[in-house]
Amino acid sequence: MSSTFEKPPVESYEAKEKRTRALNASQIRRARVTGIVMLLLAAVVVVLFLPNVEGVATFGLSLPAETIQLDPLEVPVQPALWMLALALGFLGASQFYRGFQHKSTMILGISFGLFTVAMMVWATAGQEFNLESMLVATVSRCTPIALGALSGILCERSGVVNIGIEGMLLGGAFTGVVMGSLLGGWVGLLSATIVGGILALLLAVLAINFRVDQIIIGVVLNILVLGLTSFLTSQLLVENPEWNDAPIFPSIPIPILSDIPIIGQMFFNQTIIVYGMFVLVGLVTFLLFRTRWGLRTRSVGENPRAADSLGISVAKVRYISVIFGGMVGGFAGAWFTLGTVGRFDENITAGTGFIGLAAMIFGAWNPIGAFGAALIFGFSESLEQKFALLDIPIPTEFLAMAPYLVTIVVVAGLVGRARPPAADGQPYEKQ
Amino acid sequence: MELELRGITKRFPGVLANDDVSLTARSGKVLALIGENGAGKSTLMNVLSGLYQPDGGEIVIDGVVQQFKDPGDAIKAGIGMVHQHFMLVPVFSVYENVVLGVEPVTGPGIMNRKKARTEVREISERYGLAVDPDAMVEDLPVGIQQRVEIIKVLLRGAKILVFDEPTAVLTPQEVIEFFGIVAELKNRGATIIFITHKLKEALAIADDITVLRGGKVAGHADPKTATPEDLASLMVGRDIDLTVDKTEANPGKDVLTLKGVHMVDDYGRAILNRIDLSVRAGEIVGVAGIQGNGQTELVEAITGLLPLAGGTIEFLGTDISRATPRQRHEAGVAHVPEDRNHMGMVGSFTIAENLVLDSYYAPPFSKRGVMDGDAIRASAEQLVEAYDVRPPIIENTGSALSGGNAQKMIVAREFSRDVPLVICAQPTRGIDVGSIEYIHEQIVRKRDEGKAILIVSTELDEIFALSDRIVVMFDGRIVAQMQASDTTPTEVGLYMAGKAA
Repeated sequence: MSSTFEKPPVESYEAKEKRTRALNASQIRRARVTGIVMLLLAAVVVVLFLPNVEGVATFGLSLPAETIQLDPLEVPVQPALWMLALALGFLGASQFYRGFQHKSTMILGISFGLFTVAMMVWATAGQEFNLESMLVATVSRCTPIALGALSGILCERSGVVNIGIEGMLLGGAFTGVVMGSLLGGWVGLLSATIVGGILALLLAVLAINFRVDQIIIGVVLNILVLGLTSFLTSQLLVENPEWNDAPIFPSIPIPILSDIPIIGQMFFNQTIIVYGMFVLVGLVTFLLFRTRWGLRTRSVGENPRAADSLGISVAKVRYISVIFGGMVGGFAGAWFTLGTVGRFDENITAGTGFIGLAAMIFGAWNPIGAFGAALIFGFSESLEQKFALLDIPIPTEFLAMAPYLVTIVVVAGLVGRARPPAADGQPYEKQ
Repeated sequence: MELELRGITKRFPGVLANDDVSLTARSGKVLALIGENGAGKSTLMNVLSGLYQPDGGEIVIDGVVQQFKDPGDAIKAGIGMVHQHFMLVPVFSVYENVVLGVEPVTGPGIMNRKKARTEVREISERYGLAVDPDAMVEDLPVGIQQRVEIIKVLLRGAKILVFDEPTAVLTPQEVIEFFGIVAELKNRGATIIFITHKLKEALAIADDITVLRGGKVAGHADPKTATPEDLASLMVGRDIDLTVDKTEANPGKDVLTLKGVHMVDDYGRAILNRIDLSVRAGEIVGVAGIQGNGQTELVEAITGLLPLAGGTIEFLGTDISRATPRQRHEAGVAHVPEDRNHMGMVGSFTIAENLVLDSYYAPPFSKRGVMDGDAIRASAEQLVEAYDVRPPIIENTGSALSGGNAQKMIVAREFSRDVPLVICAQPTRGIDVGSIEYIHEQIVRKRDEGKAILIVSTELDEIFALSDRIVVMFDGRIVAQMQASDTTPTEVGLYMAGKAA
C-alpha cells in the first residue's frame, strides 16, 4: 500500500488541451453576449448622456456635522463621461473579441459600476450631490437586507429553506413599533426579536415535525403576517395613534473612528441596529465556520443522514438554527420602525426580505458574501432615492424599480453557480 | 471482542424481517454475512447498530448482554458501521468528516482544528490508511472515501467493524487494496463482519460464512471447502447455475455504428470523447467501466435522451443522430434503462400500464386516440406469464414488485418487441440471484435470435458472463476493445482504472 498521500490523478496534457478547446467553444458565446451588453452601456453613455449635459458635477464628500471637512469633488461632466464611455467601450470590445475567461464576471461587474458612475455624473451635471450622505444611507439600507440574508443563511445552512424572511421582518417591524411606543425602544427591539423567533418556531414545527413543503410554509407565513399586521394597523394603530409612535434609536458616533473621512460616517456613526448587524455578520461567520455548533449545523444541512448516524440530533440542530435565524429576522424588522421612522405602515418592508434572500444566494450562503451583496442592493436603493431628488428626465417609477432590476440581473447573471447546502429544503426522515 | 447474536427477531407490520437469527463473529476473524436482497441482512445490521430495537433475542459482546437504545449506545459498545452509501459530507474536509460528533474543542465549543488533524493523521498512520486530513471529500476517489469512513469508526474506538457491501462501489484494484486494509485490521484483533452478495469475495476473505434467507439463518459454510454454487444454493434455496450457457457468437452485419460521438457537459468538458463503436447482429457487446465514466451518457446518446455535440449514430445504415427518442424507439431500439425505478417504470401505475408505457398510443392498444383496456390487459397477462413476473397480478402497481420482478417486467416490455437492437444498462443491478439467472438467459436468447445487443454493466462478472466483445470506458473515452475470449478480468480491471491505455 502506498505510504504517501493520494493525489488526484494528473490530467494529461492532451486531455487538458481538449477540455480547454471545448471550454472555448461555449465561452466564446458567453463572451460575445457580455461584450455586447458592455458595448451597449458605452453607447447609452455616448448617445443619451453626452449630448445634453455640460458644466461640472459637484459631489459632496462630507456631512456638515463632521469635524474634518473634505472639499467637494468637482467633476467636469463632458471629459468624465467621455472617459467612462471609452473605458466601457474598451472593456466591451476586448470582452467581445478575446473574452476575459474566468474574470468575465468581474469585468461585467466593473462595467456596471462604471455605468453607474456615468449615470451619477450625468444626473448631477450642473448640480450638487452629497455622495457622503448617500453612502451613509447605503450602509443603513443594507442593514435589513444583510440581516434578512443572515436569517436565511442560518436556516438554510441547517437544511431548512426560509422563504418567510419577509414575514419575519414585517412581524418584527410591527411588534417593534407597538412595544417601542408603549414601553420604549429597547423593549421594542427585544419584542421584535422574540416575535421573529416565534414565527420561526412555526416554520420549524411545520417543516421539521410535519415535513410540510418549506416553500409553501414560507409563502403562507408571509401572507399571514402581511394580513395580520395590516388588519391590526387599521383596527388598532389608526384608533390609537400613540401606539404607533415609537422612539427612534439615535445614531451613536464611535469616538475617533467616526472622524475618519468618508468611511467614518458610513460605518461608525450609525444606530444600534446597524452595529448589531456588523456584530451578527462576524458572529455568525465565526459560529458557522469555527465552532462545533457550526460544523454540526453545516453537516445537517449537507448530509443529515451522516450526522444522524454519528449521534447528532438533526431535529434539534435544525430547531436551534431556524429559531436563531427567525430572531435575526425579527431584529432586522425593527430597523424599519425603530431604526428609521418610528412608525409602522402597511407592508412597510416592501419586499426587502426577498432582496435579503437574493443577497443570501449572491453571497453563496456565506455571511460576509451576503453582506457584500447587501451593500450593492443598499447602494442601489439609496441611489434611487437620491435620483428622485435630482431633477432628471427618468420617471421615478423606473428608478423605484432599479433595486429589483439589480436583484434580477445579479441573481440571474452574475451569480453563476453558487451551490446551496445539499440537503436544503429536504425534510429529514429517520429510517 | 467477540460478538454473539442470540435469537434476534425483528418484526415489521406484516413482515418477519429477522426470525431467530443467531451468529457469532470472532475476534481477529472475518465473518461474511451473505444473502439476497430482502433476506434480512440490513435489518440485522440496523439492530446491531442500534437503529432498530429487536423484538426478541439478545446482543452479547464478550459475554455481556447489551441494550442499544440508539446508535450512540452501539458506538460506545465498540461497534462501527461502514455503510454502503458513505455517510460523508462531500463539501467537508477529511478531518471535519472524521471528527464530526466527537469534535475536539477548546473553550466554549470552538473547534480545535490542529488536534483534529493530528488525531486523523495518527489513526491513518497506525492502520496504513493513507489519507490527507485536509483534502475535500468530494475530490477523493471512492476507495479513499471508504478509508475516511473506516478512520471515522476507528476514531470512535470501534473494535467490531461492520462493512455493508463494501466492494459494490470499488474498482477491482481498489477491492484488492480494501482486502489489504481488512487483513491489517484483522491482525490488530478487530472483529469484522462483511455483508455482501458477491460470493467469490466472501470466499476469498472470510474465515466464517453465515447465509441468511427469508430472515432466517439458512446455514453456515466453511470458506475453505465451499464453492460459489454451494453458497448460491443456500441463498436461494434451490440449485443455481452461475455460469451462463451460450454458444459461440455468429455476428452478422453492423446494426449500430457510432462515429466520433461527442458530448459535453454544462462547463464544456467532454463527457463522451469521440466514441467509435459498432454492434453487429447476433453479438453481445459489453461496456465495462466504473460508474460515471460516460456509460450512462453513451446509452442516452444512442437512445436520444441527450443531445450530441458531434459525431453520428447510424442505425441499420440510416443516420439517427437527430431523431427523437420516440422515432428511435419506433425504428427498433429497445432500451432497458439503468435506473428502473426512475426511468424504467412509473411506480404508481399498474403492471398492465407499465407494460404499454412505450406503445400505449398506437394500435392495438389505442384506436383513434382512445386506449383499449381489453387489449392492454390481454397483452399484459401474456407477458407476465411469459417473463415470470411474480406475483402475476397485472392490477398491482409497479412499485409493489420486488426489484427483480420489476426488472423482469421492464425486460418483458422491451424484449417482447421484435426489434434489431437491444440496449441493457445495468440489467441486473441490485436484484436477486434467481432473477439474474433468468434475465441473463433472456439476453442470450435474444442474441441467438440474431439481435444486436449492447450491455452496460459495472459488474465485471456480468460483463464476462454475457459479452462476446468487451469495450472499456474510462473518462468518457473507449480505452480498449477486445474479444471476451482474449482477455481476463484483471486486464479489463486495469483499463477500467485508467491505468493502462
